[in-house]
Amino acid sequence: MVELRGVYKSINGHEILQDIRLEVRHGEFLTLLGPSGCGKTTLLRLISGFEEPSSGTIYINNKDVSGLPPHRRHVHTVFQSYALFPHMTVFENVAFGLRCQRLAKTEIQTRVTEALKMVKLEAYASRKPDQLSGGQQQRVAIARAVVNRPLVLLLDEPLSSLDYRLRKMMQLELKQLQRKLGITFIFVTHDQEEALSMADRVVIMNEGRLEQVGTPRQVYEGPQNLTVAKFIGEGNIFDSEILAIDGKYITVDIQGRKRIAKSHRPFSSGQKVHVLVRPEDMRVWGQSEIEDSSELFPGVIEEVTYKGTTVDLMVRLACNKLIAATKFFDEDNDRLEYTIGQPVWVTWPSGWEVILPHEAG
Amino acid sequence: MKQDSSFRSFSLSLVWIWLVLFALLPFALVFVAGFLSHDNDQLLSLPVTLANFFQLHHSLYLRIFEKSLWMAGLSTLVCLLLGYPFAYAIARIQSPIKHFLILLVIIPFWTSSLIRSYSLIAIVKTKGLLNTLLISLGIISHPLPILFTNTAVLIGLVYNLLPFMILPILTNVEQLDNQLIDAARDLGANRFTTLLRIILPLTMPGILAGCILVFLPAMTIFYIPDILGGAKSVLVGNLIQDQFLIAQNWPFGSAISVVLTILLALLILIYWRSTRGEEQEWP
Amino acid sequence: MKLKNISVASYLTLIYLFFYIPIGVLIIYSFNQAQYSLLWHGFSWRWYQELFADQSLWLAVWHSLVLGILSSSLATMVGLFAAVCLYRYRFFGRQLLYGVLFILILSPEIVMGIALLILFSLIKMPLGFISLLMAHTTFCIPFVAVTAYSRLVSVDKYIFEAAKDLGANDWMTLTSIILPLLWPALLAGWLLSFTLSIDDVMISYFVVGPEFEILPLKIYSMVRVGIKPEINALCTVLFFITLSCIVMYQLLLRKKT
Repeated sequence: MVELRGVYKSINGHEILQDIRLEVRHGEFLTLLGPSGCGKTTLLRLISGFEEPSSGTIYINNKDVSGLPPHRRHVHTVFQSYALFPHMTVFENVAFGLRCQRLAKTEIQTRVTEALKMVKLEAYASRKPDQLSGGQQQRVAIARAVVNRPLVLLLDEPLSSLDYRLRKMMQLELKQLQRKLGITFIFVTHDQEEALSMADRVVIMNEGRLEQVGTPRQVYEGPQNLTVAKFIGEGNIFDSEILAIDGKYITVDIQGRKRIAKSHRPFSSGQKVHVLVRPEDMRVWGQSEIEDSSELFPGVIEEVTYKGTTVDLMVRLACNKLIAATKFFDEDNDRLEYTIGQPVWVTWPSGWEVILPHEAG
Repeated sequence: MKQDSSFRSFSLSLVWIWLVLFALLPFALVFVAGFLSHDNDQLLSLPVTLANFFQLHHSLYLRIFEKSLWMAGLSTLVCLLLGYPFAYAIARIQSPIKHFLILLVIIPFWTSSLIRSYSLIAIVKTKGLLNTLLISLGIISHPLPILFTNTAVLIGLVYNLLPFMILPILTNVEQLDNQLIDAARDLGANRFTTLLRIILPLTMPGILAGCILVFLPAMTIFYIPDILGGAKSVLVGNLIQDQFLIAQNWPFGSAISVVLTILLALLILIYWRSTRGEEQEWP
Repeated sequence: MKLKNISVASYLTLIYLFFYIPIGVLIIYSFNQAQYSLLWHGFSWRWYQELFADQSLWLAVWHSLVLGILSSSLATMVGLFAAVCLYRYRFFGRQLLYGVLFILILSPEIVMGIALLILFSLIKMPLGFISLLMAHTTFCIPFVAVTAYSRLVSVDKYIFEAAKDLGANDWMTLTSIILPLLWPALLAGWLLSFTLSIDDVMISYFVVGPEFEILPLKIYSMVRVGIKPEINALCTVLFFITLSCIVMYQLLLRKKT
């Protein structure tokens, strides 16, 4: 549906986007995720037509849209501040795009009512924006965009000004709406949890480049590089070296101990790598629970944080490395009591780690 | 973004054409006219010359310039002395009556200054209110001849231009961060030091703006000296007025205007430079 | 601290008296029975009656009103366009446009007056209604532009992008969005321009023609001749017209903040 080929964008001499190659499939919910300043909003604006790329082409529905203004591209944007017209009622706001298209009054009436029903606001049609709550305003903004039947809907951090509860609710609603409408959604956010929970595919961006594109699972469980790994979820990173390779089994040296890890990526023996282990994959055993500790890493607990559903631990391993471990309460571990200063043994299930090529810094 | 916008072309053209034709062009013409000559048939004629500017060196005209500078400067000073405390006091008021009080300043600000100058006549003339009041209070025994003197012109200038001094200072004081004053007090400054070291420097932009807004008109308004000062009072404004409409010496009148404008532009430049450090949104 | 409050209040009162006593005297004496005396001889409408009977004065009032209305309306249109262009578009000479508007506000009226006089004589335009109209419109434009621009800046800038996104061209944005949102500011700008036009003496002095009399210049010539009681009545009328415009202007600016 949307394709970007070799797109670059510079503003005032600063390179905002470099060599963007992306294909967005029809009907998918795609999230652009990245820290502030990574260029994700600029990318959105290039697709919507508010900016033109410095070089490269953008195709929407197989048509080259270079030079076309926003409304001719059949994509619409939901802005971060909603940008509702304050002097118009909800109805008039939603009808605006249709009026610009010079549609008949009756058709406008039907379509607007339909759109308002979809966002559950038909009772508010004659209210003005300042009489609505934030969540309602947001839904009006969505209705206003969606009523024009765009090929793609672009959403620029639409949920960032809502409080936690409302956000969670809207995330679900948006996802359901998207499935119902069947339109391609491109959603920009800097909140990785939001991105993972809503998207069919996630695009991770950093400093103007696409770092990785994949399903939430692919991106979380198989980050391609350190940047992605650090951005998505928490992670413990070990600097390591490859000792031996046997097919997909790779022996690495971590803190003097040999571990066998799995990876499908091509590495060579002797290569410096990072080994990533997620906190929730860490196993922490008390001294008394273990008999054979040859494979385990010794450590001392430095911090215990009780979070309700989990207990987060900071453990200082030998040679001073600090790692994070998250323990969940379940039938096996319903007490989870740890004390600061307690000596423990740490390990993780073989194959659950991710090996990443070494990056400086 | 290259937009095919007919509105943009239309409005830009309209605005530019109007302003070039009726603002830029006329000012440029004044500048040019200062270098031209005139004769009996034509108001502006060709030999390009600097004679007009040299004519200004004549002591007669220099005296007029001097007098205007003096009057304008004095009025600015009086306005500052009267207006600063006034503006400061109003700006610090918290109660809702403040809006009304500010409105009471804005009304004279926008009311025709011709009318206001005229209304002064009844006050300052020999049998006017002021004299009558002073005599009845026993302060003087003979009426003071104020009308048709420089004093009357001065009073007229101050009377008309005081709001121009008050309003910028008021805006400036309103924007003062109270915490700065509190911090100064907290650190041990007494009222006087706080005023001198903190408040005055911070309100300097307002003061400068007020001074310019008073000084510029004070130099150039011709009907105030005309009405209140009579035939004897000739300031720069009257001079230009005469050259254009009586003496029909347009080049000379233009030359005077050019010199005046340069002088005033310099003042504005000083103001602009001094407020350079601040974030200036237009306007 | 009470003493301080009293002295502050007294000072403020003195200055306010300074402002309003002369005008107050003017208004009062416009109702004074006697012609030249300072003493109060009784309330009378006499001067207003003579005022209303004076045909030439009515003509001047009519001229000033027409001039004021037309020039304010023109200035409001051009000023609005200037504000919109400055706000929305990047164009060559943008800084220059700011500069010209700035100069127009600050430049001494006498310089503007003679400048326009030179222009009109150069293009051989006869001095009269048209020259006055052009002049008045020109000096009013920056005031409307400033008022409109301040209002534009306070609107969420993404509204314009949203309108573009939904397919509105710039004309539609003007009529559906800018005008409805800005109308208080535009009306305020109009009122301000009207006031400036009605009261203008110096610029009009230079570009007025012999046939077309306007009110402020009529007052000016009457004043130069000497005090006539009708002038008091005339000034009072003019004062109240201006007063109502200013009060309305302030109210409009306060609207929807």
